Amino acid sequence: MSEPDTSPVSTGAIHDIGYRHYDGPRLGASYIRRSLFVETLRGAYGLGRSARSKIMPFLLLGVMVLPAVVMAIVTGYFRFDALPVRYTEYPILLQVAVTIFLGAQAPAVMSRDLRFRVAPLYFSRPLSRNQYVQAKYAGMAVALFILMGLPTTLLLVGALLAELPLGDQLPDYLRAMGGVAIYAVVLAGVGLVVAAMTPRRGLGVAAVVGVLLVLSGLRAAVGEMAREFGNATFQGYTGLISPFTTVDGVVTGVLGAEPTVGEGPPGALGTVVFVAVAVLLVAGCYAALLGRYRKALS
Amino acid sequence: MSLIRTEGLTKRFGSVTAVEGLSVDVQPGVTGLVGANGAGKSTLLKILLGLLPATEGTASVLDRDVATDGPAIRELVGYMPEHDCLPPDMTATEFVVHMGRMSGLPTTAARERAADTLRHVGLYEERYRPMGGYSTGMRQRVKLAQALVHDPALVLLDEPTNGLDPAGRDDMLELIRRIGTEFGISAIVTSHLLGELERVCDGIVVIDAGRLLRHSTTASVTAETPVVTIEVDGEQEALLARLREAGLTVRSEGRLVYVDVADVTAHDVVRDTVAGLGLGLLRMERQRHRMTEIFADRTDAGAAHV
Repeated sequence: MSEPDTSPVSTGAIHDIGYRHYDGPRLGASYIRRSLFVETLRGAYGLGRSARSKIMPFLLLGVMVLPAVVMAIVTGYFRFDALPVRYTEYPILLQVAVTIFLGAQAPAVMSRDLRFRVAPLYFSRPLSRNQYVQAKYAGMAVALFILMGLPTTLLLVGALLAELPLGDQLPDYLRAMGGVAIYAVVLAGVGLVVAAMTPRRGLGVAAVVGVLLVLSGLRAAVGEMAREFGNATFQGYTGLISPFTTVDGVVTGVLGAEPTVGEGPPGALGTVVFVAVAVLLVAGCYAALLGRYRKALS
Repeated sequence: MSLIRTEGLTKRFGSVTAVEGLSVDVQPGVTGLVGANGAGKSTLLKILLGLLPATEGTASVLDRDVATDGPAIRELVGYMPEHDCLPPDMTATEFVVHMGRMSGLPTTAARERAADTLRHVGLYEERYRPMGGYSTGMRQRVKLAQALVHDPALVLLDEPTNGLDPAGRDDMLELIRRIGTEFGISAIVTSHLLGELERVCDGIVVIDAGRLLRHSTTASVTAETPVVTIEVDGEQEALLARLREAGLTVRSEGRLVYVDVADVTAHDVVRDTVAGLGLGLLRMERQRHRMTEIFADRTDAGAAHV
C-alpha cells in the first residue's frame, strides 16, 4: 500500500513521494538473532566501525598469525621433519595476545550496548533476552575461534608446503582445532561476563586482561609450589585455576594431546573434573549474562 | 478495534506502586499520555511492550495480550525511549539499517526503509556522519527514525520533545502530527507538558501517581465554552453596567470582558449595547477550554478536600 504524491517540488529535483508503507516480509526472531550475530562478529574485528576500531583487532590477529607464518617458512626452508611447535601448543604460547584481544574486544561487543543504552532498543523488538545473549556470545566465540584457528590452519598449510606427510600432521591439527573451539567458547564466556559488569570501556579492558593474567600467574605460582612439594595430583588440578589451562586439560584429557603446561589432568577422574569445570564455567557465564540483561531494561 | 486496552493494570516494585488499577481503552490515532515525572508513564510503556510483567490486571495492544504475545506486539510497535540510545561511532544510516534488521527486515528492505525514514524525519547529508557529533534535535530525529523504520502500526514515543529548543519542539510536534495523519501510524506520546500535546493529539490520557485521572478526546477537552470574550475600544464601566442591566452574567479581567452567552440572543444584546454606547468592538470570540484546566480543576478539587 502506498500513497503516491508525485507532484514535483518546485525547489529542486527531489520529489516528495510521501510516506510509503512496508508490506514486504518480516523475518522472525531466528533471522534477527543471526543478523545480530553477524553484526557482533564484524564488530569484534571493527568492520563497519571507524578505522580506529579496526587497529587493535587486526594488530592482534597479525601478532597471532606472524609466528605461524615464520615457523612454516623456517620449517620449509631448513627442511625440518617436524614443525617447531605442536598445533595444540600454539594458542597457549600466544595466550597473551589472545587475552589482550579478548580484553579489547569483549567490552566492544558487550558493554557498548550498555554504555550507550542501546539495549532497550533491542529488547523493544521481537528478540528475546535469551536470543540477544546467544547472538553476542556466539559472535565473540567465533571471533576468538578465527583469531586462534587461522594461525593454526596456516601452520598446517606451512607444514604441507614443507612436504611433511599429511597423515602425521592431520590428527594433531584436528585436535588443536577442537581445542581452539573449546578455548573460544570458554574464553568468550569469561571475557563477556567480566566486560558486562561495567559499562565503562577502559575499566572493562583492564578487568578482562587483569582477571585472565592474574589467574594465569596464580596457576603458575600454585603449580610450582605443588611441584616443589612433589604432589603430582594436586599439581595436575592446579590447571583448573586459569581458564587457559582448564581448556588445555580438557584438550589433553579428552582429545589425547600432550599437555602444554603443567601435567594435565591426573587420570580419568581428573579428565572428568576438567570437563565438568569447563562445562560449568560456560553455563555459569551464560546464566550470568542473562541475569545481567534481565535488569538492563532502561 | 481498540489500540490499547488495560483492565485494572497494576505494577508494584517492592513497596513502590508505579501503576495502580489503570483501566483505559485507547482508540487508534495520536494519544497523549500526560503526567508529572514519576507518574508511571514510562512504566506503562514498558508493560505495553511486554518487557515488564504486570503485577495485577491485564493489558492488550492491537488486540494482543502483553503477557503472552510480547514478541508479536514488539514486531508491530516502534519504541522511542526517553534517554539517549545512540552509539556515537556509528552513522545514522548504519544505525537505522541495523535497527531495521533487528526488527526482522531483510537487509535490502532495511536499507530502503532506513533511507526513506531518515528523509521523513528530516535528516539529509548529515546521516552519513558519525552520530557522536549530532545536536540534540538531530539525535531525537534518529531516535524517532529507528522507531519507524519497520513501518509499525503503533509507535510509543517517550518524551520526544525533551531537551529541544522551541523551534525543534515545533518540528518534532509537526512530525508527530504527520505520523498520525499522513503516515497513518497510531502513536502514544508521553509528555509532562499538556500544552504541546493539545496541538497534535486526538485524545489525552492523564495519569497521576499511577492512577487514571482523566481520559478524553482533545476535542471535548478543548470544546467551546458558553463564554464570549469581548475587547472594546474605550471605557468598560458603562458597558458592564448596561450588560448587567440586560440580565447577562459579566465579569471583567483587565482589558477583557467575559460574557456568559448561554442564551443565543445574548450575542445581539452585546452587539447592540456596544454600538449604542458608541464604543469600538475590537474583539468578540468564543472562549475555548484549555487542557491546563484539567490540572487546575484537580488542584481545586484537591483544595476542596483539604
